[in-house]
Amino acid sequence: MDKLLQILSELHPDIDFETQDKLIDGMILDSFDIVTLISEISEVFDVTISAEHIIPDNFNSARALYALIQQLEDEE
Amino acid sequence: MLFTSYEFIGFTAILLFVYYLIPQKYQWMLLLLFSYIFYYMADPAYLIYILTTTITIYFTACLIEKNADRQSAFLKQHKETLLRDEKKAYKDGQKRIRRRTAGLCILLNIGILAAVKYTNFLIGNVNGMLQAFGQEKQLSFVSLVLPMGISFYTFQAIGYLVDVYRGTVRAEKNPLKFALFVSFFPQLVQGPISRFGDLSKSLYEKHSFDSKAVCFGLQRILWGFFKKLVIADRILTGVTTIISDIDTYNGVYAFVGMVFYTLELYADFSGGIDITIGIAEALGITVQENFNRPYFSKSLKEYWRRWHISMCSWFRDYIFYPVSASKAMQKFSKFARKHWGDSIGKRLPVYAATFIVWFATGIWHGANWNFIVWGLANWCVLMISEELEPAYMQFHNRFHLDKKPAYKLFQTARTFLLVCCLNMFDCYSSVAETFRAFGTMFTAGNWGVLREGALLNLGLSMLDYGILVFGVIVLLAVSLVQRSGSVREKIGRKPYPIRVCLWFGMFLLIILLGAYGVGYDSSQFIYNRF
Repeated sequence: MDKLLQILSELHPDIDFETQDKLIDGMILDSFDIVTLISEISEVFDVTISAEHIIPDNFNSARALYALIQQLEDEE
Repeated sequence: MLFTSYEFIGFTAILLFVYYLIPQKYQWMLLLLFSYIFYYMADPAYLIYILTTTITIYFTACLIEKNADRQSAFLKQHKETLLRDEKKAYKDGQKRIRRRTAGLCILLNIGILAAVKYTNFLIGNVNGMLQAFGQEKQLSFVSLVLPMGISFYTFQAIGYLVDVYRGTVRAEKNPLKFALFVSFFPQLVQGPISRFGDLSKSLYEKHSFDSKAVCFGLQRILWGFFKKLVIADRILTGVTTIISDIDTYNGVYAFVGMVFYTLELYADFSGGIDITIGIAEALGITVQENFNRPYFSKSLKEYWRRWHISMCSWFRDYIFYPVSASKAMQKFSKFARKHWGDSIGKRLPVYAATFIVWFATGIWHGANWNFIVWGLANWCVLMISEELEPAYMQFHNRFHLDKKPAYKLFQTARTFLLVCCLNMFDCYSSVAETFRAFGTMFTAGNWGVLREGALLNLGLSMLDYGILVFGVIVLLAVSLVQRSGSVREKIGRKPYPIRVCLWFGMFLLIILLGAYGVGYDSSQFIYNRF
């Protein structure tokens, strides 16, 4: 989780990602951020997030995103 | 049948009357019937194309879902006996089948779209190359029907198929209901490009007569007519005059032309969408909004979140994300990180995927180099803005200007002018002409002609300008009021006589000030041709 929080805070240093749960709905992360995130996550966690996983529910909070990463790690 | 024609008004009135008269369980069937009549009246030949898309996508979606269900059942049945690797191999195999099935169907439908829309563009380019290499032989152009709204309904149907493939919506089992989703007539011509998950909620429901919904729908239609007939079709004369003769109308005229065109485009397109949403609303159906006061944007990036929202989100979800999340792009990212460092490696996939999206957006708008260059020009501006973002942040943090109203106004005006410049590609007949017209703004030195009444030489009289100024002020005022909530809701809370006066006044304004009848060509909405 710490690694993910670090990736996120590099994108938006001014956001508290531990508490924020409206990253997409609140338009904090835009499509460019999401693609950068996918690329970073792929590099750090060695999992592939495909287009079908890019839905607001998976990206609205760091916790949800981490749950997705864990799910993908289990599958792979 | 044009949205602004008497036939269309009559057609919609009959539909509304019968819709609330028949048993509610037949309402969606009536909509399907009217949608096909609408399309048939445009040209019976169009039906072949829309039926092909409907049938192929319907069956492919059902096949994909059947495969996914079979997979779930199999895995459930063999939950205890299959090893983890065996399960994964089975799932990957089934997914590959579904991906190939969907891919083939998408290829077929994009192929149809490409064939009718881009064949002559391709032939023209091949001929140009043959000529450049000194070959005398030229290929003949072919005569092809370009079905009305094909870009819109093809994208809408493909979006549905991808959603079924991704498992975000269930496939529609009733072929006639699916046919209605593809052909729903108010949005067939110029969108919005609806998602099945959104539109189907209200499209197939039973609707009781709701006087408020019908009233609101009619008000929205009236507002659409105001934008189209009072602003867009009146300003059209000036735009046509300027862009048709670049030698006479250059410099300041080119500037006026690009501003006029940008106003016309918004009034025309959003007016058409108002009519679409209004009709749907009167029928009890919710169609998504396509605009969010785009000319109030403070950057081009924001503008593209507020203009033609359904198309932009379509490109984002079905092209941008799949391309940027693809294995090839991830490999490219790793390669770039390894060879050029983290900073470039992070950004390159985003820029590459955005390039593809903007190329596709450009060519989607039309088989013309103007549109391709327009798309790529947007891409360039967006990427430059992205690169300059840290510098902007530093500037804003240092001077704290971004909170000041005057600076916000400056940002809005700057974005509006930028959009005006980019829209010039849409106006002129070629890329070279566009650049020539743009260049004359800085070289012609004829800004003084404005004082000599030059604007009255554009086919618009003082009365026309008066009406246009009035129309734009009303549009601006409504947009400002909208920021704090629905204007119709606000008017709805006023006493009855005021409400009647307001809406009847709007009706009279359209009748008195609208540009229609002899001498006017309200023949097309701009986005019909896309």
